[in-house]
Parts: sequence; structure tokens; C-alpha cells
Amino acid sequence: MLRWFPALTLVLFLGPVAAGLVGTWAPAFGFLPSLGGHGLTLEPWRQLFAQPGLGTSLALTLGTGFAATLISLGIVLGFLASCHGMRPVVVVRKLLAPLLAVPHVAVAVGFAFLASPSGWAARLVSPWATGWDRPPDIASVPDPIGIALVCGLVLKETPFLLLITLGALGQTTADRTLAVARSLGYGPATAWLKTVLPLIWPQIRLPVFAVLAFSLSVVDMALILAPGTPPPLAPRILRWFNDPELSNQFLAAAGASLQFLLVAGSIALLYGGERLVAMLGRRWIAAGGRGHSGRIARRAGMMAMLLMFATGLAGILGMAIWSLARRWRWPDALPSAWTTENWSRQADALIWPGWTTVTVAVAAALIAIALVLGCLENEQRNGVAPGSRVLWLIYAPLLAPQIGFLFGVQVLFVSAGLDGEWAALVWGHLLFVLPYVFLALADPWRRLDERYSRGARALGASPNRVFWRIKLPMLLRPVLFALAVGFAVSVGEYLPTVFTGGGRFATLTTEAVSLASGGDRRVIGVYGFLQALLPWAGFMLAIGLPAWFYRDRRGMKVFAT
Amino acid sequence: MRWTAGLVAVFLFTLATPAVAQQELDWGQVTQKARGQEVFWNAWGGDERINAYIAWVGKRVKAEYGVTLRHVKLADTAEAVRKVLAEKTAGRNEGGTIDLIWINGENFKAMKDQDLLFGPFAEQLPNFRYVDVENKPTTRLDFTVPTDGLEAPWGMAKLNFIHDSAVVTTPPRGISGFLEHAKANPGRVAYPAPPDFIGTTFLKQALYELATDPAVLQQPPGDNFDAVTRPLWAWLDALTPHLWRSGKDYPKNGPALIQLLDDSEVDFAISFYPAEASSAIADGKLPKTARTFVLDRGTIGNTHFVAIPYNANAREGAMVVADFLMSPEAQARKENPEHWGDNTVLAMGKLDAAGRKLFDELPRGAATLAPDELGPTLPEPHPGWMTRIEEQWLSRYGS
Amino acid sequence: MTADGTLLLKDVTIRLGDKTLIDGLSLAVPPGKIVTVMGPSGSGKSTLLSWVCGSAIPAFAIDGGLKLDGLDISHLPLEARRVGILFQDDLLFPHLSVAGNLAFGIPRGVSPGERAKRVAEALAEAEMPGFEDRDPATLSGGQRARIALMRTLLAEPKALLLDEPFSRLDAALRDRIRRFTFDHAMERGLPTLLVTHDPDDAAAAGGPIIEIDIAPC
Repeated sequence: MLRWFPALTLVLFLGPVAAGLVGTWAPAFGFLPSLGGHGLTLEPWRQLFAQPGLGTSLALTLGTGFAATLISLGIVLGFLASCHGMRPVVVVRKLLAPLLAVPHVAVAVGFAFLASPSGWAARLVSPWATGWDRPPDIASVPDPIGIALVCGLVLKETPFLLLITLGALGQTTADRTLAVARSLGYGPATAWLKTVLPLIWPQIRLPVFAVLAFSLSVVDMALILAPGTPPPLAPRILRWFNDPELSNQFLAAAGASLQFLLVAGSIALLYGGERLVAMLGRRWIAAGGRGHSGRIARRAGMMAMLLMFATGLAGILGMAIWSLARRWRWPDALPSAWTTENWSRQADALIWPGWTTVTVAVAAALIAIALVLGCLENEQRNGVAPGSRVLWLIYAPLLAPQIGFLFGVQVLFVSAGLDGEWAALVWGHLLFVLPYVFLALADPWRRLDERYSRGARALGASPNRVFWRIKLPMLLRPVLFALAVGFAVSVGEYLPTVFTGGGRFATLTTEAVSLASGGDRRVIGVYGFLQALLPWAGFMLAIGLPAWFYRDRRGMKVFAT
Repeated sequence: MRWTAGLVAVFLFTLATPAVAQQELDWGQVTQKARGQEVFWNAWGGDERINAYIAWVGKRVKAEYGVTLRHVKLADTAEAVRKVLAEKTAGRNEGGTIDLIWINGENFKAMKDQDLLFGPFAEQLPNFRYVDVENKPTTRLDFTVPTDGLEAPWGMAKLNFIHDSAVVTTPPRGISGFLEHAKANPGRVAYPAPPDFIGTTFLKQALYELATDPAVLQQPPGDNFDAVTRPLWAWLDALTPHLWRSGKDYPKNGPALIQLLDDSEVDFAISFYPAEASSAIADGKLPKTARTFVLDRGTIGNTHFVAIPYNANAREGAMVVADFLMSPEAQARKENPEHWGDNTVLAMGKLDAAGRKLFDELPRGAATLAPDELGPTLPEPHPGWMTRIEEQWLSRYGS
Repeated sequence: MTADGTLLLKDVTIRLGDKTLIDGLSLAVPPGKIVTVMGPSGSGKSTLLSWVCGSAIPAFAIDGGLKLDGLDISHLPLEARRVGILFQDDLLFPHLSVAGNLAFGIPRGVSPGERAKRVAEALAEAEMPGFEDRDPATLSGGQRARIALMRTLLAEPKALLLDEPFSRLDAALRDRIRRFTFDHAMERGLPTLLVTHDPDDAAAAGGPIIEIDIAPC
């Protein structure tokens, strides 16, 4: 039974990706019988390349994708290199969870509230400092070259990369390595870059690729923060897909295939860049430069990280304030009248999307945790040593652009009459929930001292009893944490809901996206803040429940993650 | 399998032919079947007040008829048209994913032309007897296209404008006034990007006022398209550089424009609902000095409807909802500026005393124009015009 | 061979890759006797214990016969061998109370009342009466060691394996816990196999000592 878990997981998990890719590439070459496409033709591609402004779209996609990835990585590495082992790292680690939990859409809305010409930032300094008695007619969110999108992505990806890097650091001998290097006369930041970074890079490479793939193909954030005339490629594909003209489905499929190629090529490019940096880096290391005391670097690293966190949290706070505002007119720094009516009046409208959001997220997270526990337990009982290839497989749904295969998944679902079913929606979410749950749980599960289960079995307990009575209770905290991660990922999903929900299901995320670029800021604030609140609540429960449950068990604190 | 699908299609076609459906609707049977059904209503979701109104409708039909209403929020009604068409192409002739669509104009014409609608049903609904078909001919003539009972009237819209009287004391009195204002105040005029219906209606208003002979707009466009629309493009070419964000970006929809007006980013908002300004003031969305204005030669007015796709899964539930929407209770709440502020399709003379009382008690609000100040209503052009104008607009200003 | 309670190892060979760590070790541990295996780390002595108790040791190739009380137990799963084991660390389950830890060892099918009684008896034997509801993390090192032993004994093992169980205790405590453990093992007539590198342990055990060396490369 247990032996089937890895296979089952892979089928549930890579099956749709593969099938979705086929279902996307076939229509891209004219094959989609339900719309009367039977032939093999290059017409969709010809049509694609004839689209006005396609070059601008591609440039925008590549520019924002690479900029967001490199800036996020730069902030994380710069910060850790200059502040390793010092207080700022401890503080930032504590602040990490709330920002990490916030869905992309909420971050985007929060940033838009902050940085638009009539946004909170401008209100705080107008008109006394700027002289603006009316908001300036500047395109800041969205702006023509995608700076707002890059900012939004950086706000979301920096915490993720920071978490991954901190995790990787914990598994190495970074502290001792650093001490050795510094005793040889290297400045702290230089020592970190020359000795610690090469140590952890293999573990953060895949997450960096995932960040790049995500940034290149993001749709929800782009709908809010990216320019619309023309938009980057991914949201443009969604527009073709939703076009009333049915024949544009072929165009959309060709676009989705192009998106896949674009991401694959970009990852290859980054991989090549990595080689180049490594080569130059070796020379740089061998040259033996000691660097400086690093005070300036430390200031810069701290400032960048601080600015990032302040912006992210201010965005969330801005949404909360808007959701409680009755009247908040330019250029007031705070609302002139407050109310809870925005919430009470939305109550009816919130129930259904709220319910869908929660039930789908709970179901996807529970299924994911069951599959992951099955795989990990199988690994330990049957002594299967996980290879590094498996990690690539787990990352596959995160590396392939969502729109590149969800299109095909949707085509398959429609032909199977499955679209618009609740189960299909859960499946669509599971695809992206599973990798994160696996990444969150695998390490703590594998780290548990194996002698506990050996000892328990020597006391006469069967493997199943050991699992339920010893391992699961001892690892309650990481298990609940992984559940909360899965829940948060599902709450934030946009495209899977759009493509597998058949338009029948609305979640807080889809509602927030459709409201975000128009409409009442106070109501957008309600949806955005609630969307940010749900994952927080999940994490609070995940941390609070075991703490309460094991309040009389001091030894359980050791197992905290 | 394909054979069964064919049979089903033939069966449905028979159901949908006027000869059969023209028979009296057995309303008792409809409500009985509707009980327990889940109705997926695809309706534009850009305005929070309207969404809240629809949520209220959901609560009422649940209590009254046991129908569960799901509002599927669309950014553009064309999405629903595409979906039904895609289902028809894929052979999904029953159990469709859409039960009810908020619709009018070119989307209605597209669905009617391609036999994507169920019916006729609208005029057999019990509450249709209150509809003011005599004085509001657009309740049966949607953008010059006869409804033939394929859609049930839901509300009366009339284009109007909102300004902050503390900022702009003399608003434009005709469409050309907007160009003058924009030239004098660069960046302070904006309209939503088509295909948003407020945006398209603004273009239609311009087309109507600028065309040398507006009467031709009542016929489908032909070879005369370029000649008739030439003044419109000339006017837009002159206006665009002076627009908000220099015409490089457009507000998404009407509510976004109201937000921009409140932020003092622009000087005018555009609305379809005569009581929108009052409603927005009451709601804290606009300053108390906001006022409504219309144009001297009149503004475009139309009726909006709900229709049922031919393959709807919960057809009876959809009819129950459509009927409830025409009830005096629902219509009075809709006309109330506190909830929506959209004019009713019903005739006061056809209502009983209790029904009339609902309307008499409605507040009007300081920013709302009296019925006689609203000016003449201009008829919607034939949908063919707008379809082509939208295409051209997109290639000229859209990307 | 009759069912006399003896733990019997026959011709045990342990290989790691092409290196032989233990070559043809045979020994018999009679009930109530303690046999000590001594050797430096890396000599394969802990691997030997793991093999006897039945946990999977993927990297090693191990051959040999294993009988307990006349039964061949080499193919039984760990939990069915009835071989108790104590490690360097007490490995009390941190999420269970003291009573919970002890009760985990009692075989299934024993009634709740009887379980509570056995737990209370075991605590009395460990000179810790009334400690049922205590959090194991609040116990002293000596108390933890005694609870760990009691937990193992409550599982009614037929043999006892000791994997350097006293090496983490400080010198003053080590003697007492060693005595406590050995006394209980002998009292119950358990064949006991002790692995250690501490000559004092071996001396206190008072039984035969088997020295294994690091295999030459």
C-alpha cells in the first residue's frame, strides 16, 4: 500500500503537467477537434507573431522577470553576506512569516495602494512637501516599463528566497567556515561571498530558477501592476484565451507554448550565467582580496532588506486602513471618517468566495500532506534514498509556467466534462500545493532521530503504531506548519482557479483580481486584507495549536521549526 | 455517444422552437423544478454596489424559492458569450456551466444570431405584466434588435456625467466640450477603455453627436462605416494626447473613474445610473459637492436584460431569478440610490397600491437630476456599429 | 538447541563494501548473564547490535544465525523479536508523560486498570513513585535513565541489548545506574548483550568480554 505513494504522487502531480503541455502544444499547431481544428498548421504561430506589440510584450516579460529575480537574489545575498550571524538576521527571521504568508495578489494590491499617484505614499508627503494639491498625472502604477511589477515581485520573492537561503545555511557549517575565513584576514561580507555562498548555492539554485520561472509568467500580479497596452506575454495569453472570438484559442495556445519556450530558454540562460559567474568567482576567490570591514555593505544590505519589509507591511496595513475607511480623500494622510460598513455590507458577497477559498485550500492541503507523509514514510520504511533528480521532479510544476500547461489541462477537463467541478478545482490547486508542502516537511521529517522509532519498535510497536503514536505527534509542529504552507499557497492561487474552475468558482483571490484595477478601494481593501489574513490565521493556528497542546512538554520545544 | 448528443440536440431544438415554448408556461411546475437548483449567473462584477445587490437577490430567491444563486463575476460579458459558444462547439448541449447572463446590445445580438439562447420565455414570466412596454420601447427592442422574448428586461440605463461642483463650475454641455476642457486642463479627462460598456457608450455618445446624420446609426453599418465614423476618429485623435495619462492608460471601468474623480485625478466621471452621484455621496465615495449633468442634445439610453443560454443546467431556477428581478420589490430596491440607483423597467400605472408605495418612498438625493432635467434619451445605434468601432479603437489606441 | 532462554549468535560476518568488520563471530548469552562486546568506534559493534535487534542497516552486508530462546528470529520484524534495547540517550518520547512513556512499552491487550498498576509498580521500582504525570523533560539524568530501562522492561523482552547506555551519564551517577540496570536484567533472567568501550562497564558486568578490533584495510 505504502509503496504506491511515490507513484501515485507522481501521477497526480506530473501527469497533469505532461498532459497539459500536450494539450497546449497540439492546438498551437492547429489540432483542437472540438473547435474544428484537425490539421497540422503553423497558422497559429504566424498569427501570434503578427500580433501588434508582441515584441514589446516579450521585452517587458523578460525585463521584469530577470530584474525581479536578480534584485531579489541580490537583496538576500547582500543582506546575509553583510549581516550573517548578527541581530538583523534574527529580527528579519521573525518578520519573515507574515510577509511570506501574504498571497501575491494582496501584495500587489497593497503596493498599488501605496505607490499610485494618489496612493498613501504621495498622500503622506502632499501637498506640504511636494506641492501637489492634486495627484500628479504620472503613470506610476502601472508604469510603462514594468517597474511597479518588478517591485511587487521583489516584495514577494525576497522573503521566499531568504527563507530558502536561511534553511540552506542551517544545514551547512557556515559559521565555522566563516570564522576560519575571517581569521585568515577576510572582511565579513567578502568572506561570506567567497566561502559560504559556494557552499549553499547548490541548494538555492532550484528555488532561484523557480522564482525566475514565476516572475516571467506571473499573471495575477501583472493584471494589477503591469502596463496594459500591451501587457507582458502571460496576461496577454489569458486575454486571448478569454477572447469572444473562439478561433483565438489557437492563438492563445501558440502564445502559451511560446511562454514555455521563453521560460525554458531563460532558465538555460540563467544557468549559463551561473557558470560564468562561478568561473569568474573562482578567479576572484583565488586572487585573495580580503575586502573591507564591510560597514558600508552592512548598511546597504540592511537598508535594502528593511525597505523591502517596510514596503510590504505598509501595503498590508494600507489595505486594512482602506477597508475601514468611510471617507479618505486626497491628500489626507489618514481617513477623515471610519466605518465597519465596508465589511458588514460585503458579508453576503464574501460568504461564497470565502467558503470556496477555505474548503478548496483545506482539501488541497490535506491531500498534499497525506501524499507527502506517505512518500516520506515509504522512503524511511523501505530504505529508499532520495536522489537529487527527485527534487527536479518536485520542482517541475514550479518551473513550468502555469499558463503553459494549465491551458492544456483546461482543454482536457472540458473534453472530459470535468471543468467547473469542485474536485477538478482541488486538483488544480494540489499541483502547486504539493511541492511546497513537500519542501516544508521533508527536512524536519528526515531529521527526526531514527532511534526513536527503532526504540519504539523494540518495545513491540508495529510501524503503523510508531507512525501514529510517535512520529506524527512528535512532528506535529512541522506537519501543521506544512499544512499551513499548503493552505497559504492554495489561498493565493489565481490561474488554477480560472482554468480548472470553469468560471464557476470564485475565490477571494479571483475576486480581488477582478476588483483590483477598478472599483471601490475600500472594498478592494476588504478582499485584499482578508486574503492576506486567511494564511496568517492558518500560520497562527499551526504555531499556536502544538504550543498549547504541548504546553506541559518542555522537550517538544526542541522540535520546533 | 455522438449519436446521443445529436438526439439531445434535436430534442433541445424542439424545446426551443417558438411553436412549443410559446405555450403558456406552467409557473407552478417551473417553481417546483427550480427548488434546490443552483443557478450560475454570469454578470459583470465591476461595481460593488451591484454585486451587493445581486447578493441580496441571492438571499431573497433562496428564501422564497429555494434557489441557490451564484454570481460569477465577469470583467466583460463577452466572456460568457464565448463560453456558451465553446460549449456548443464542443457538443455540450446540456448541463452547461452558465444558467443566466446579464446582457444587452451586441452580446445579445451575437447570442441570438447563433441560436445560443433559450426561449422565448421572458414575456410569459408572471412579473412581465408590470413592464412598461408602451412607454419604454427599449424593453422589447435591444439596440434596435427585437428581443423576441429571449431576454427579460431588468433595468433602464441613461448616460450621465458627474463633476465636483467645487472644482468645475461649468461642465461641458456637449461632447465637443470635453475636448475643450481637456485642452485647457491636460490629464483631467478620462473615459474607460472599451469594451467596458461605460467606455463604449461614451464613444457612442460622441459618434451620435458628431455624425452628420445620426439616423443612419439605426441601420447596420455598411459601406458608409468609414464616412460616418470619420468625425469620431478625428475628434478622438485630437482628444487622446490631452487625456489622463496622455491616453497611454485608461481606467478600467465606471467605478474606477468615480474613484479617480474623488482622488481629484480627473474632473468628470461617467455613469449609466441617474442616481449614481447621490448614491456615491451617501456612500462616502464622492464629496458632497458632486453633481450630475447631462448634455444638451440628450444622452444615450438603453435597457439591460437577463437571458438564459440554450444549454443551461438550471433553466427553471434561472427563470425564477429572472422573474424575481422584475418584481416590484426587486425593482424598487434597484432604483433606490442607497442600493443601486438604476431606473425601473416597470410602469407605475400597472402596479397595485402596495407596489407603487415602494417606489413613492424612495429617496432621491441632492445630486440626482429630476426626471424632467435628465434631457432627451438618444437611441442606441445598431450593435454592428459598436462591434466595428471597438475593433478600430483597439488598433488605434489600444496597443 | 532447546528453549532455555539463551541468545545465540552463530558465524556472524559484517561487511562494509569490500571490508570485513566482523568475521565469523559466534557467541551464546545465557539467561541472567551479561556478555560484553568491546572495541573502538568503527569496529562494527553497534552495527552488530542493530542487526540483533532487527533494524534495517542498508549499507552493511550481514550474514549469520540468530536464535533467541531456541527460535530463529533473524527474519522477524523488529517489533516481533522481543529484544529490548537501550541507547546512549534515553530517548524518552518528549510528547508523552512519564506514565505515557512507560505504558507505551506494555503489550497491547492489557486492560487499562492493569496498565496503570504496572506503571505504578515500575515507578516504585525506580524509586520514583507518583511521577506518572510528570513531563519527562523535567526529570534528572538518572531519573530519565531509570524510566528508559523500566519502559524497556515493561515490554516484557526476552533479551536486552545495551548500546553504551551509560556513557552520557556523569561518573557519580554512572555507577548507580549501571548497578540498577544490571540488577534488573539479572533479576529477570534476561540474556544481555552490552556494547561499550568503557572497561569499567565490562568489569561491572562480570561476564565474558569479547574484544573486536578495527579490521585491517
